[in-house]
Amino acid sequence: MQKNYKKSFLLEQNLIHLFKEKKSELFGNCHPKVALSRQQAFDDFQAKGLPTTKEESWKNTNLSKQYEDIFQLDNPLTELDKSAGEIFQCDIHGFDTDVISMLNGWYYSPEGKQLQILENGIVVGSILEAQKAYPEYFDSYFDEIAKGRNHGLTAVNKALFRDGIFIYVPDGVEVEKSIQLINIVNRDEKMMINSRNLIILGKNSKLSFLHCDDSVNHNPGFINTLTEIYIGENACLDLYKLQNINNETALLNNTFIKQELNSRSKVNVISLNGGIIRNELNVEFSGEGADADLNGIYLMDHEQHIDNQVFVNHAVPNCNSSELFKGVLDDSASGVFNGYIYVARDAQNTNAFQRNNNILMKSTAKIDTQPFLEIYADDVKCSHGATVGQLDEEALFYMMQRGISRQDAYLLLMYAFTAEVTGKISIEALQSNIEDMIKKRLRGELAICEKCVLHCGHPDIPLEFEIDMSKV
Amino acid sequence: MLLNIKNLHVSINGKEILKGFNLGVNKGEVHAIMGPNGTGKSTLAAAITGREGYEITKGEIIYKGKDIRDMAPDERANEGIFLSFQYPVEIPGVSMTNFMRTALNAQREYQKLPPIPAGEFLKKMEEKKQLVEIHAKLTNRSVNEGFSGGEKKKNEIFQMAMIEPQLAILDETDSGLDIDALKVVAKGVNALRSSENGFVVITHYQRLLDYIVPDFVHVMYDGRIVKSGGKGLALELEEKGYDWIKKEFEI
Ligand SMILES: Nc1ncnc2c1ncn2[C@@H]1O[C@H](COP(=O)(O)OP(=O)(O)OP(=O)(O)O)[C@@H](O)[C@H]1O
Ligand SMILES: [Mg+2]
Repeated sequence: MQKNYKKSFLLEQNLIHLFKEKKSELFGNCHPKVALSRQQAFDDFQAKGLPTTKEESWKNTNLSKQYEDIFQLDNPLTELDKSAGEIFQCDIHGFDTDVISMLNGWYYSPEGKQLQILENGIVVGSILEAQKAYPEYFDSYFDEIAKGRNHGLTAVNKALFRDGIFIYVPDGVEVEKSIQLINIVNRDEKMMINSRNLIILGKNSKLSFLHCDDSVNHNPGFINTLTEIYIGENACLDLYKLQNINNETALLNNTFIKQELNSRSKVNVISLNGGIIRNELNVEFSGEGADADLNGIYLMDHEQHIDNQVFVNHAVPNCNSSELFKGVLDDSASGVFNGYIYVARDAQNTNAFQRNNNILMKSTAKIDTQPFLEIYADDVKCSHGATVGQLDEEALFYMMQRGISRQDAYLLLMYAFTAEVTGKISIEALQSNIEDMIKKRLRGELAICEKCVLHCGHPDIPLEFEIDMSKV
Repeated sequence: MLLNIKNLHVSINGKEILKGFNLGVNKGEVHAIMGPNGTGKSTLAAAITGREGYEITKGEIIYKGKDIRDMAPDERANEGIFLSFQYPVEIPGVSMTNFMRTALNAQREYQKLPPIPAGEFLKKMEEKKQLVEIHAKLTNRSVNEGFSGGEKKKNEIFQMAMIEPQLAILDETDSGLDIDALKVVAKGVNALRSSENGFVVITHYQRLLDYIVPDFVHVMYDGRIVKSGGKGLALELEEKGYDWIKKEFEI
């Protein structure tokens, strides 16, 4: 009888080879926990391999094309890259942020400062530098949330990440300006980028963080990012993800959040464009009285694919979670929403709500939406709902009867559909910028960004719409 | 003639609903259409406004001298045809203000005019709101969402006042209105009434016609007009019901 060998993908072989070849670099100057995590993840990866559609949670997201592609996997920053780094400018009208950049997978500071201490002791910089400068934070927090929670691609990230960002907000500090991470890939080669971020919010602190994934050209790429966020007691995080990458790029964005007593998180994942986007959002309550408000919008067309995996772990009592993900899928676009809520036996007085609404513009578009509730406590308020529909023909006719063209009526309805989510963005200037981007996207006018994903908000370039959808 | 409907046959899903309908409306005229439930009054309104699924199998609809059969609903609207819906649609997330401004600007674009300046628009909103006695809050809400039945009908007349159509079709705008709201609706209609406009008022109740005095009253039955007369016909119907017409017609 013939033996059944597990097929090994080209990318798998190349990644394993890379790890062995670059081992001394990867482990050099490394915090012991980072080293441990790398080695464990590598062993895990060798055992598991890359995730395929045979795995339940990947059954509708197929990366096999990427797995057989040849990516440049390791790429130190060149001087040329750096000069291209000057393109990082971002003007969000009326919204001032502290911008930090990742360029081709490396932390990049035009002033050459890999780690900065801002006012009130806020630390921002490269995770590589941070592990040396602040080993104590790595002792306490690194890999504490993401440990052991691997599928093949998280394992790849953990074993092979080259750089990433580190943010530390001390106890009691409310970060006034939002911090904006712009993650840009700008190379002529196809690249796979593994970066790992660590964000720590001390007790009673507050941070608003924007994570922008951008393309500046149409080259194929594979971006694999893992972010751990620790929200201390009574601290508050606003996290915005803006995803506007080209149709040839696959983006995996894996976020692990851990929330302590009375902490709050508010997450908005805005997926505007991308070949394949998969967001994994894991929230674990480890202190009572915590609250997570998790929202998303996705607007996909052509052959694009979006996959949102949301896991909320109510490990302790008296916490609230609420999820609202809404999407419009056009052409042959496909989508997945998996919302998994776990309520532990002792997690009494839990409120967990979840809703996923989809509009399919064409019969060729599809969505696979699945709630999954696992509840062991008895005093729990839980609800979930998913809808898949077309635009309301009655409403379309009503609008057309008032003289509005079918296309504009479509836009108004779709825009209204997403407004429920954008309405939750608490920074007003950001909200109106994101709304503008959504309008552009819905009109098919949103380019992958020449400069920054949010550049469209530049005051010198006013946005004009035939239909003005602003509120008077 | 503003509107001239000749021998109109309309089918829905292959089932014939209008069966040789004729109606002529001149500028300046108000025509009331009455008739039992299910005789095709709303079907007529849908056919005039170009709703999908209403197939014209025979006859024609001439509006301002043009056969409008192949015009899209938005084009017909921009040509001046307005329908006050029997069942106004709720549109969550689209504010009344936004909706109206988009509609007005679409109309202006059709007429090759620049968009309405914000100030002028707001002034107009305010003016028309007062005309139909809508209280300030209503317009910042989503279109018809959470409106009461009466508010929805008033909102239709508000929109009519904003759009200032040439031909307005009111499909049971009076149903479900209290007497004060009825007067408001009538006030809105009468304010628009001029030697240039025409109205088709579909109603079950003579009461409305006390306030919007029609030039003609038509009785519709089984897909066509079976009796026409002056406003006295409405009173007669109120008194005797439809049975005598049905009998007369069926014999
Ligand atoms: N979409 C549809 N499919 C099939 N039949 C329909 C459809 N719409 C209307 N009809 C039928 O067409 C006929 C006329 O309906 P219509 O709504 O025009 O009546 P109406 O005169 O407006 O009645 P009412 O006074 O109750 O409003 C009815 O028998 C109705 O059941
Ligand atoms: Mg009707």
